[in-house]
Amino acid sequence: MTRYILGRFAQALGVLWAAYTVTFAVLYLLPSDPIALQLGAAGIETDKLTPAELHTAKARFGLDRPILEQYFSDLWGFLRGDLGESIAKQQSVASLIGDRLAPTLSLSLAAAVVALLAGTALAYLASYVRWRPARLVLTRLPSFGASFPQFFIALVLIQFLSFNLGLLPATGIRGWKSLVMPTITISILVASQLAAVLMRSFDDTLSQPYIVTARAKGLSRAAVQWHHGLRNALLPATTILGVLVGLTVTSSIIAETVFSRNGIGKLAQEAVLAQDVPVVLAIVTLAAAIFVVVNLVVDLLYPLLDPRIVQGQRKEVTI
Amino acid sequence: MTTSVVPETTGTEAPAAASAAAAAAAAAAAAAAAAPATAAPVAGAKPGAGGALLSERLIADSEPGGRWVGLRATARTLAVKPGFVLAVLFIAFVVVSAFAPGLFTSRDPYSTAPAERMDSPSLNHLFGTDELGRDLWTRMLYGSQLTIKAALIALGIAIVIGLALGVLSGLSGGFFDALLMRIVDVQLAIPVLLLSLAIVTALGFGTVPVAIAVGVGIMPAFARTTRAEVLRVKTLPFVEASRAGGASWPRVLLTHVLPNSCGPVAVLAVLDTGVAILYIASLSFLGFGAAPPQAEWGTLISAGRNYLVTAPWVSLLPGLFVAAVVLSLNHISKTIQERER
Amino acid sequence: MTQDALASAAVAGPAGSAAPAGGSAVPGSSVLGGSAEPGSAVPAGPLVTVTDLEVGYVRRRRTVPAVRGVSLTIARGETVALVGESGSGKSTIANTLIGLLPDNARVTGGTVTFDLGGGSGDGGGGNSGRDSGDGDGDGGGARRVEVVGARERVLRGLRGRVVSLVPQDPMVGLNPTRRIGAQVAESIRLRGVNGDQVRAEVLEFLTQAGIDDPELRARQYPHELSGGLRQRVLIAIALAGRPQMIIADEPTSALDVTVQRRILDHLEGLVRESGISLLIITHDLAVAADRSDRVLVLQDGSIVEQGVPGRILVNPEQEYTRRLIAAAPGLAHGGRIVPRLVLRPDEVTTPDPVILLENLTKRYPLPGRQSGSFLALDDVSLQVARGRTHALVGESGSGKTTALRLALGLEKATSGRVLLDGVDITDQGWRQTRPLRRKVQLVHQNPFASLDPRFSIGRSIIEPLASFGIGDRRSRRARAVELLDQVALPASYLDRLPAELSGGQRQRVAIARSLALEPEVVLLDEPVSALDVSVQEQILALLRDLQERLGLSYLFISHDLSIVAQISHTVTVLNRGKVAESGAVAEVFGSPRSEYTRELIEAIPGQRSAALSAGAGVPVHA
Repeated sequence: MTRYILGRFAQALGVLWAAYTVTFAVLYLLPSDPIALQLGAAGIETDKLTPAELHTAKARFGLDRPILEQYFSDLWGFLRGDLGESIAKQQSVASLIGDRLAPTLSLSLAAAVVALLAGTALAYLASYVRWRPARLVLTRLPSFGASFPQFFIALVLIQFLSFNLGLLPATGIRGWKSLVMPTITISILVASQLAAVLMRSFDDTLSQPYIVTARAKGLSRAAVQWHHGLRNALLPATTILGVLVGLTVTSSIIAETVFSRNGIGKLAQEAVLAQDVPVVLAIVTLAAAIFVVVNLVVDLLYPLLDPRIVQGQRKEVTI
Repeated sequence: MTTSVVPETTGTEAPAAASAAAAAAAAAAAAAAAAPATAAPVAGAKPGAGGALLSERLIADSEPGGRWVGLRATARTLAVKPGFVLAVLFIAFVVVSAFAPGLFTSRDPYSTAPAERMDSPSLNHLFGTDELGRDLWTRMLYGSQLTIKAALIALGIAIVIGLALGVLSGLSGGFFDALLMRIVDVQLAIPVLLLSLAIVTALGFGTVPVAIAVGVGIMPAFARTTRAEVLRVKTLPFVEASRAGGASWPRVLLTHVLPNSCGPVAVLAVLDTGVAILYIASLSFLGFGAAPPQAEWGTLISAGRNYLVTAPWVSLLPGLFVAAVVLSLNHISKTIQERER
Repeated sequence: MTQDALASAAVAGPAGSAAPAGGSAVPGSSVLGGSAEPGSAVPAGPLVTVTDLEVGYVRRRRTVPAVRGVSLTIARGETVALVGESGSGKSTIANTLIGLLPDNARVTGGTVTFDLGGGSGDGGGGNSGRDSGDGDGDGGGARRVEVVGARERVLRGLRGRVVSLVPQDPMVGLNPTRRIGAQVAESIRLRGVNGDQVRAEVLEFLTQAGIDDPELRARQYPHELSGGLRQRVLIAIALAGRPQMIIADEPTSALDVTVQRRILDHLEGLVRESGISLLIITHDLAVAADRSDRVLVLQDGSIVEQGVPGRILVNPEQEYTRRLIAAAPGLAHGGRIVPRLVLRPDEVTTPDPVILLENLTKRYPLPGRQSGSFLALDDVSLQVARGRTHALVGESGSGKTTALRLALGLEKATSGRVLLDGVDITDQGWRQTRPLRRKVQLVHQNPFASLDPRFSIGRSIIEPLASFGIGDRRSRRARAVELLDQVALPASYLDRLPAELSGGQRQRVAIARSLALEPEVVLLDEPVSALDVSVQEQILALLRDLQERLGLSYLFISHDLSIVAQISHTVTVLNRGKVAESGAVAEVFGSPRSEYTRELIEAIPGQRSAALSAGAGVPVHA
């Protein structure tokens, strides 16, 4: 068992490292001039500089080193918690992220919880209801919810809840009220994705022969679905938990932009707009880290949920 | 992380240690394989009633049969589904408008008319006008040009790379398969939107970089789906029968594996066109799309949000339009998927 | 809730009390109706009366009938068997009885009435207030429940406590994520039993179902149990509701014959002892005849014949029944396997076999583990003589399919040699053996999966010709017509898709495909086990005919001794990867030397009833 856990940890670190490397490669190796790009972000126009000035400017941001050296020194920095320096804001990336962590964390958490509950409840209800029209509506809801651009949902919410009804503040991060609309914005998409997967899973599960056995005992449909359907239907969906949490976190980019919340999502948007490579690298790596941690937790807890599985062998589901 | 650990069962009698789950999966696969044969009345009557799928009389010898009859029957059942027909027509309209927007509007997307600023929707201006008096309906159609093309580029990248990786991975197995799937796993760890953002950061802004970024972002899903299908089909008895009949692997791949794998991939392709459109719209909404005065759908919606209080349609109507496109694609994909089963 | 209403009904119906052996004096077991001796208050009428039942399935807005006007009764304590092939409606009838028809099923006519008996007004009284209109209008003493059109809660009350089900496949019949004990306990709690009493009863029912060490089993999960044990758990669950009737759905199809036989014996003993009615749903007339008091033969949704097994076997009225009897060798030959083909002992081995397997061993690494392996084949040798059929018999997991795949070169042996036509192919690659492939062809077990659903029949048949680049378009098509003719299918089938063919027809197509290259040997992997018995017989006849006409050699894989007896000259019996016995069929089946072969032969159903009717002039149809 210890070996299994250690193995999982090693694997998680491996994925995290690979994600960092892939992002680094994307940012530094794609056919563009990363140096000009970043110096541009710092407000320096490369073509107007003399070679000497250019060299100083590069040295200022550590861009004069060979790419491999830069990669290893950056990686070493990440391992020690030094995420580099933002070129646009001339500030340590770690402190930038630290300052903005709280609003994003609270938003992501709220959205994740709402989405999990809503998605599960929707799928559960859709599989339970027999009345065809209601069933049809419920089963179509996820695909409906996933069809609306998130920013559009956000705008509609602002239009109605803030401007028309004046119930909630349109922007800002003050108080729980400011959390409501961003949470709805994010959780509609995430809940839709979850519900779509769960509905298929419920369909599969409820057509299993052991469900017939349970019904033949004389249990009601409600009891059968609760005692024999729920757990078995939820199990395969645990594989997409990491992806869903990732989706929640990245959705905050849109939500925070629309609702002007000063969080990491907003930071990401600004960083891309300014082509601030170190900040983008740090944020992508952070998101990968969240995914890795969620999956690690799921992997470690899974044997407790499914008695059949001793060592992380489970069926894979995709969204 | 969570790779599929479905053991590559060799089709032998399950070794004693093989779990019952595997046996059940095999049974399910067999049932699924037999599913197209559900012309018999008792189809799905009882799970596990394996033998009860077919009675020994289906169609009389004199009745016509074959592919065309089947296709015509499919077309007939689809043609009476109003939702499906509507969705197909709408998508056709959008695609046509993307390549020839002039067919549906005679206005210029960039000509301003200060006198007609912020007109609400009317017969004259279907979607109203924006702050410069430009006709929004026309701007939407010209926006289709950019957005649909970007979506097609993204989809092209995703399908070509994803299909190639999936087929290679599924057929080769072993180390190569493991390596490819690890790479896909890593991609999975980076949320699509963030990966796209990173690519856009490196490539710069504009329609094409956004398209490439989204294409790379949604590619893993294709690789995984293709691989899973190839793995499923390649162990089916008819593939083995073909091999036993002397067919080489390339031949088996082209005649059996690919045609029988393409269903779910096609469903995914339709579905992911919608997803790609949403991501492209999101990226242009965030300000990384085409430079003004050109405008993708996302840019249009974004531009209108400053006037939500006074002229909500400037933002909301284009938004609804995008939603309608994606919804139609979802519906088409879902209908095809249900037919496939 | 209706639950109490039905609980009281159960009290009223004394025959329903499956009094556990020894009576276990437990305080809360008032449900047992201690006073009620079987027979004392039993009403005269049958437990279930089905009248003119019609059920159909809705497909594409049309209702396709599956059960057409079936009437039957099942008396208390009686064992009735419903026999029929796939599509005969037997499962639909069973599902109607227990109220578990799928959503697309419609009962279009007739009634299904349970007479729960028990006069004395307490059942009827407790019930009339609630379920009036649901079919208990009989007044008087007896409580009758109409199933057709009944509300879900009425049906729910019937399930488990009046009718319970032993489902077909024990491997998937139990919830994988709940403990055995909890799953049995559910049935017990539904009777209103609470607290510690539940636990005691769980152990009691597990014991009754023939499970050793019930304490341990109750704590385990289904995947920790063998198939046979799971089947017993399902029986325990069925018993735990103290039903008046148990429906056993295809009790012989999912497990190995030897295991199933023991379990069926046990179930039979249980129901006889406790006076529960038993409804056996089966495709196998032999099983039905062995196990039941009365046999009902179904064809196309109608009962074509019914009666006591002795009468049906000795004097069947219908041609259809006669065919079923002929197809069940255990019945046709008085419980003995009579080989069709007899060889002299000196003919058994030939100097020039077309396939020779020498000391084959095959190991598989165990899935999900780093170390250890599974020995699928252990030093197996066999040969297939030219123009003859050699059978490889064994239960699932015996390694017979592995042997076939090695013979075909689809897999590599761990050690040992494979000779095709005298050529050693053991270590040769695909390319080198390709010319040999023309001589050896394969027919799969499952005709539903062995044809590419996108290929027309014609294209499937000529695929081997295309692979080897033989002939042109026109000559291939001509060959396809010829091949279809050889397997007795009309040329009009060339353009059809597999989905438009029945299982038997598909298997004919698969055979035609295997003959396209004019092979010397055809490997047949359980070629008829997925087919109905009457179709099985036709396919076997076709195979025999082709062998005679084309001089083919067969390697025939099967788990069914009676089928092997109909087609093989020689046989090898495999048990867990080892050869148990080998030789001419007549010798091996006539005087088996190994204990294992003997066990297999004894497990063949039909012997009991055959013995019953022996000497009564059973008509034997060849």
